[in-house]
Amino acid sequence: MPVTTVAGQQIHVNDEGFLTDPNEWNRDLAASLAGQIGIELTDPHWKALEFLRRDFAEKGETPTIRRVSTAGGIPVKQLFALFPQKPAKKMAYIAGLPKPIGCV
Amino acid sequence: MTTLASEPAVMPNFDDKVTGRKLAIICSKGTLDMAYPGLVLANAALGEGIETHLFFTFWGFEIINKKTMNDLKFTVLGNPATHMPQGLGGLPWMTAMATAKMKKSIADVGVPEIPEFLELIVASGGHLWACRMSADMNHLGKADLYEEVEGIISASDFIEKTDGAQLLFI
Repeated sequence: MPVTTVAGQQIHVNDEGFLTDPNEWNRDLAASLAGQIGIELTDPHWKALEFLRRDFAEKGETPTIRRVSTAGGIPVKQLFALFPQKPAKKMAYIAGLPKPIGCV
Repeated sequence: MTTLASEPAVMPNFDDKVTGRKLAIICSKGTLDMAYPGLVLANAALGEGIETHLFFTFWGFEIINKKTMNDLKFTVLGNPATHMPQGLGGLPWMTAMATAKMKKSIADVGVPEIPEFLELIVASGGHLWACRMSADMNHLGKADLYEEVEGIISASDFIEKTDGAQLLFI
């Protein structure tokens, strides 16, 4: 399992670069991960990321876009605006979680 | 475990420089079980940042016709994959029962019903198109169709719009 350094912090990641240990995550790291993929985090970004972290802690599974919208209360359109092109994967990456496995 | 600090960070390739990949999905069936594959794949493609167009034609119109979109059915008749005796499929209550069971299985895995699924696809940037010939055959106009259908267009218009796209016929 590769170890990579982001913002001076060593993190364990899978081959694609997603964190493998959600406990290594913190808000500073999130800001750096976001910066790496060209996203500057604002309050609405944080609202989504906090939902992901909370939902993962409860369900043990990264929520899909639909779940972030229905259970997290953030409209799908907004998610595509905040995390362009690939919202589900980008949110998971920044939140230090695995890619969602659900189909919808 | 000994990655040098100077090495670039391992990070996913989100490939924002749009590859120009496009997907065209032709939905030609109006049963519950044949409506979902197109919608699930469209949703998946949109989540990957792929421009996606759906063309509803012939029985696929059931999916976007306001009168029928909430009431698609599933039947075991003519479908040996259900592993049910085909004679049972003809009983009057069988289609209703099979439909209810499938709807429940779909809901159980967190997948929405048809109208909400279309809403999700449109919110994700997907494009819905209705087939001109099917509309004319059934004397249906834009007002009869799900509001977010962008237009009733001919087959050649659809082919033109999806120039260079990968295509799925369902």
